[in-house]
Amino acid sequence: MKVVVPVKQVAVVDEDFELADDGTAVDPDFLEWSLNEWDEFSVEAALQLAGDDGEVVVVTVGDDEATEGLLTCLAKGAGRGIRVWEQSLTSADALAVARVLAAVVERESPDLVLCGVQSSDAVNSATGIGLAGFLDLPHVAVARAISGGEGSLTVERELEGGLVEVVRIGLPALLTVQTGINEPRYANLRAIKQAREKPLEVLDLAGLGLSGDDVAGASGGRLRKLAVPEAGEGAEMLTGSAAEVATRIREIVQDRLSA
Amino acid sequence: MSGVLVVAEARRGELRDVSLELIGAARSLGGPLSVAVIDHDPSRYRDRLSVEGVDAVLAVATPNEHFEPHVAARALEGLIASEQPDVVVLGHTIDSLGFAPAVAARGGHGFASDVTRVSGGADSLVVGRSAYGGKLEAELDFPGKDTVLLLLRAGAFEPAGGSGSPEWRDVQVELGEPRSEHVDFREAATGDVDITKADFLLSVGRGIEDKDNLEQFEGLADKMGAILSVSRPLVDAGWVTNARQVGQSGKTVKPKVYLALGISGAVQHLAGMRGADTIIAVNTDPEAPIFSVAHYGAVADLFDVADQLEQQSG
Repeated sequence: MKVVVPVKQVAVVDEDFELADDGTAVDPDFLEWSLNEWDEFSVEAALQLAGDDGEVVVVTVGDDEATEGLLTCLAKGAGRGIRVWEQSLTSADALAVARVLAAVVERESPDLVLCGVQSSDAVNSATGIGLAGFLDLPHVAVARAISGGEGSLTVERELEGGLVEVVRIGLPALLTVQTGINEPRYANLRAIKQAREKPLEVLDLAGLGLSGDDVAGASGGRLRKLAVPEAGEGAEMLTGSAAEVATRIREIVQDRLSA
Repeated sequence: MSGVLVVAEARRGELRDVSLELIGAARSLGGPLSVAVIDHDPSRYRDRLSVEGVDAVLAVATPNEHFEPHVAARALEGLIASEQPDVVVLGHTIDSLGFAPAVAARGGHGFASDVTRVSGGADSLVVGRSAYGGKLEAELDFPGKDTVLLLLRAGAFEPAGGSGSPEWRDVQVELGEPRSEHVDFREAATGDVDITKADFLLSVGRGIEDKDNLEQFEGLADKMGAILSVSRPLVDAGWVTNARQVGQSGKTVKPKVYLALGISGAVQHLAGMRGADTIIAVNTDPEAPIFSVAHYGAVADLFDVADQLEQQSG
């Protein structure tokens, strides 16, 4: 089976940070990058489903920072990587990214597309199902188990409150993958070295037959600004030594349980 | 028409509570308000949707008994074409996330998910949503979009109350064929413990670092008279069954005391425990979102505090 896995290099904001001048981005000096946690699981699911004669292609939309994430996936066993970037994609939102990915998936025509349910920094949970929308591919969101393979899959959807729905879906299809679905493998040092030998294609929009307008038109909204949210009343902070904190916690617990 | 179209949500014949929160939020936008029910038998929700401020209920009857994302997508596309709403309001829920982004993509509509704040009215909409794990709030608008789909975070808006008598309209739209087949519903896991009934939960998360440390916290919970619960990463790692998981995909709990050790407080976790009477959080990160819902907090190493709790609990 051929599986395309869109992945994302996500940002964590340092404890103290500053916004960039126009207020719509965090100053990059205060960001740390890593592969999105959900994508560790989608890549693992793809490697398992593709099997030995299959192919796993990892795709990302991102600047040079995102190369590291692709290399991680290649080291785990993906066969090749594709990175799409140009400056105009800097402010691309989930649907704009999905539009770009749609052009890549069309070119690759895989049996299956596996996306993470969400990215940890933007938490839109929209890129995967948006991508299915652009491609008119059958889709299932929030898979916690996937089995089968010959022409159709049985998928467990994770619903709220500990409920699971089992559904069947024909291929080709797109699934979004939840954390915990498998145990993602680690790449050993040798594999990490070898990953640099694997094909990694870098494309711009023109290379995919897309224009800047195609992507801008797909965008869901416009980011006006980022701001530090107003703090609520906040917690009463317990200070002092660990012993003092523990004593206060025990007092509060006893007081509230007897109330 | 213009105005706001709410997409109500139901599962296994029950209207989900988030539907009333969506109506509450939609009412705050002003203008005509319709509620769409895309379901095998929409009429069964008639009473609960007879809410003050709802002008019309648009009932789309589906051949499939349970939610199916492709049928739901076609139904919503049909309703957007016929009703031309300025804003479509859905829940940021598993079902809606399974089809709304596809509708927005295909239709070129405005879109924002996990929305926690709406303002400006239907034709000059501004929304807020959190970014970077709650450290920032992003504010969005939607210039040039005739219709905007908003997925609202469950629990972030007051549910609508008061009774009304909306007009009931059975709507025929082209639904297409289901493209996935329902097999079964089942519980993810059942365990020997019901954390929803506990008065005192001691809850641990990623902060405990290693499976080998779990035993210590089981012992501490025992000593303090608490039931041990956990956040999602410990279930994902296979250390604990999800019978003990607190959060959106686990259990919603309302104990008298919720003592969270080493839980940063992802949105999905907060959704499951913010109803606790008293929340005490211990975390090394002073910016951890859990402090925003906690009544008492301590920025401290959870192992130091746990050791002290253990000693003092004699």
